[in-house]
Amino acid sequence: MPVFDLSVTPLRDLNSALHGLNDGANDTVFEVTNPRGHHAVAVGINAPVTVKVHGSVGYYCAGMNDGGNVTVHGSAGPGVAENMMSGTVVIEGDASQYAGATGRGGLLVVKGNAASRCGISMKGIDIVVHGSIGHMSAFMAQAGNLVVLGDAGEALGDSLYEARLFVRGSVKSLGADCIEKEMRPEHLALLADLLARAGADADPASFRRYGSARRLYTFHIDNADAY
Amino acid sequence: MSYHNPQTPPRKSATFDDHTLAEIRRAAATGIYDIRGGGTKRKLPHFDDLLFLGASISRYPLEGYRERCDTSVTLGTRFAKKPIHLKIPITIAGMSFGALSAQAKEALGRGATLSGTSTTTGDGGMTDEERGHSDILVYQYLPSRYGMNPKDLRRADAIEVVVGQGAKPGGGGMLLGQKISDRVAEMRILPKGIDQRSACRHPDWTGPDDLEIKILELREITDWEKPIYVKVGGARPYYDTALAVKAGADVVVLDGMQGGTAATQDVFIEHVGQPTLACIRPAVQALQDLGLHRKVQLIVSGGIRNGADVAKAMALGADAVSIGTAALVAIGDNDPKWEAEYQALGSTAGAYDDWHEGRDPAGITTQDPALASRLDPVAAGRRLANYLKVMTLEAQTIARACGHNSLHNLEPEDLCALTMEAAAMARVPLAGTDWYPGKSGF
Amino acid sequence: MCGIVGLFLKDRTLEPELGALLSAMLVTMTDRGPDSAGIAIYGAGTDGAVKITVQSPQPEADFPGLEAALAPASEGTARVAIKSTHAVITVPAAHAEAVRAALGTVAPAIRVMGVGENVEIYKEVGLPRDVLARFGIAAMAGTHGIGHTRMATESAVTTLGAHPFSTGPDQCLVHNGSLSNHNNLRRELTREGMRFETENDSEVAAAYLTAEMASGKNLGEALEGALGDLDGFYTFVVGTRSGFGVLRDPIACKPAVMAETDRYVAFGSEYRALVGLPGIETARIWEPEPATVYFWDHRTAA
Repeated sequence: MPVFDLSVTPLRDLNSALHGLNDGANDTVFEVTNPRGHHAVAVGINAPVTVKVHGSVGYYCAGMNDGGNVTVHGSAGPGVAENMMSGTVVIEGDASQYAGATGRGGLLVVKGNAASRCGISMKGIDIVVHGSIGHMSAFMAQAGNLVVLGDAGEALGDSLYEARLFVRGSVKSLGADCIEKEMRPEHLALLADLLARAGADADPASFRRYGSARRLYTFHIDNADAY
Repeated sequence: MSYHNPQTPPRKSATFDDHTLAEIRRAAATGIYDIRGGGTKRKLPHFDDLLFLGASISRYPLEGYRERCDTSVTLGTRFAKKPIHLKIPITIAGMSFGALSAQAKEALGRGATLSGTSTTTGDGGMTDEERGHSDILVYQYLPSRYGMNPKDLRRADAIEVVVGQGAKPGGGGMLLGQKISDRVAEMRILPKGIDQRSACRHPDWTGPDDLEIKILELREITDWEKPIYVKVGGARPYYDTALAVKAGADVVVLDGMQGGTAATQDVFIEHVGQPTLACIRPAVQALQDLGLHRKVQLIVSGGIRNGADVAKAMALGADAVSIGTAALVAIGDNDPKWEAEYQALGSTAGAYDDWHEGRDPAGITTQDPALASRLDPVAAGRRLANYLKVMTLEAQTIARACGHNSLHNLEPEDLCALTMEAAAMARVPLAGTDWYPGKSGF
Repeated sequence: MCGIVGLFLKDRTLEPELGALLSAMLVTMTDRGPDSAGIAIYGAGTDGAVKITVQSPQPEADFPGLEAALAPASEGTARVAIKSTHAVITVPAAHAEAVRAALGTVAPAIRVMGVGENVEIYKEVGLPRDVLARFGIAAMAGTHGIGHTRMATESAVTTLGAHPFSTGPDQCLVHNGSLSNHNNLRRELTREGMRFETENDSEVAAAYLTAEMASGKNLGEALEGALGDLDGFYTFVVGTRSGFGVLRDPIACKPAVMAETDRYVAFGSEYRALVGLPGIETARIWEPEPATVYFWDHRTAA
């Protein structure tokens, strides 16, 4: 079980060791200590490796993760799990802005709160936030699911495409072209699965669903004030 | 006997000219601003306003065809483990699959590969065909992140972080629904047929301080192998270049307002940004002030048409240039042989700029299978290679005439300017004088 | 546009004749460069002392009191030998920097032509014969020297614009040709800390070699680097404290003839510059190859 103490070992060593894994190395566990807010910790993982980070990280932790299981026992800076392809990233603490930005697949779990622009431009990722999320979350979100057990800030889902948003608490305001939608059985089933995978104890029926009104899909001058 | 008072003939307003009047009526009728490609159409101070001095007695020229005049360029020597080596200093600018047909992308790849230079993906990701037909492929990292994934990042030869484009510095892209075919929709993870609005800002960073961290992440993901380019639109070239360099760029791509293939609002194309000519010296100054001129390479684009433009851009300090519009024309865009069809679209060959609508008779800026099949990618690639060869020979001819054994040894001192505007922008003397506006003493 | 000559003695018995031999070679090259002339002689030095060759446009005002004026900076050690418009200040190495700095205040019109343990540099506007006579070059002894007659091209006909250019201790260069990338290179070298006195392309070549040698290269290695970094046409003859080098560009249009015997190595733009040298009839005569570094050194030759 390799241990990388980032107070003495260069970041480059950690990331190149992660990139050097073979496809079959699925029982490998990496421990990372003293991350001390380092940026780009465990980025570009392309094997089913487990990485346990003990402490808080800076920007872009687990960026572009493809198949790794990364847990941060601490909080994460901006852009955690940005553009994730597959795998799981769990943040035990809070996440800063842009959590899961442009993510295409996999599951991002934030046990605490996520700041603004959570799930911005998401393209298929599933994001479950146990706490609340900040303003402009799911801006231009294209696909995937964003689940929030707490509250959402202003302008949720502005310029939304086909991503689904589930919020249990209050929504301060909805962004342009984002509306509340009917919660159908398939949504409840989807939500139940996501909550279970994210270790969240909550009743799917207590959530409300938001999605795109699709009014901005084709330009029309009468919608110009929404642009 | 009758007497008529003399009458003044009808006089049209210079301010409210025919084009302006027509645009007002169009806007009033449709309620939609005009979106188009093709770059700015107004007359701007440009490379045509500069001339080379040549060598005679005080300097000696090199013999054409015999004495070596190097055209190669290496990009990404600052941090990347695997810099890019090009045989010619003319690269193909980023244009997306989506904006362009698969055949057009293939033709660009073939032409560039024959010429020993690179081509660039665009807003929409990398296709296998494109990767396969391009020996050297630069992968754009755009605000939309359409098609962005780590596998393509690793199979690219360089990564270009696009912050802005000359046609629309500060603006995002717009791909109308007609061009969102099944394949384009799948690559971009969007519903088919909807208008696709690209963001103007990156979703997960803003400004040079964040960019430095983003570049670190991209380098870590790709194990510090790939050169990282940063592309900016010609807006504030001194600061944008300096900040791209401070953020860690290996290469700065600077796109002046003549940059033309991006579809966006006409008002943006015509009224935002600076002419290419005006952008180069401030950018070079920034590199020089940082002691990194030639160490961080500068690629200039926007209105490059011939070998003289290449040589002039390089004399002003660029390491290479990039072409978009000219490459599309070389492979067949706006060809008069489609004149009847251009007329049917309300345009004419040479003026067709509704590239975003997907009805291009030449089969280049379209996703319509019938139109796209008109373009033979092999023949079109050959045309591009021929054109690149001509540009290179032209640039060499000029460099040799100025006594240089390499295009990179061209200097601002090889130039003079025909107009005060060009003299001021390029900081080279007005022809016949040793002075340019802004030079100390005045 | 120019005539250049160089003479590197192997036989120490020829050293008293160096000035006379080099003067004759240079005068022969008058047609190639009637605007100005210059010469660098590597002569005997004094242990631990540095020679600073200076020039003044108003020698009668600047030179007579110079030794006294420099006394505070040199703690009374500077000695000034006046030669027409030039003067050679000899000062212990420990005081050399202080004296150079003091020159700017005690005699602001004075320009430093060169500094070194052995080299003295003399150059002026005018016909080579007159310039040489003015400084009594023919009477000087030395181990090697280079000279230049100039027909100005793109920079001014001034003393400062005359060759040789010296940009480092005991280093100097003469150039025949025309560089085509000197503006860019000057900007780069300036940024790296080199200082330039003129707009002359040849000064850029000299500074380039100085910068390369400052980074640890020997003269031969620095000349190899010049082949890649200097563009244009050039034949260079270069001197260092103990070395002598010749380099022609890859096209090698500008003329160059060399002669070598057991007693010397000589360079001339034309053969007629060499004809007065002793034993020239039996010397090995050749034209230096393009893009080939020729390099001799007293220390390594011995």
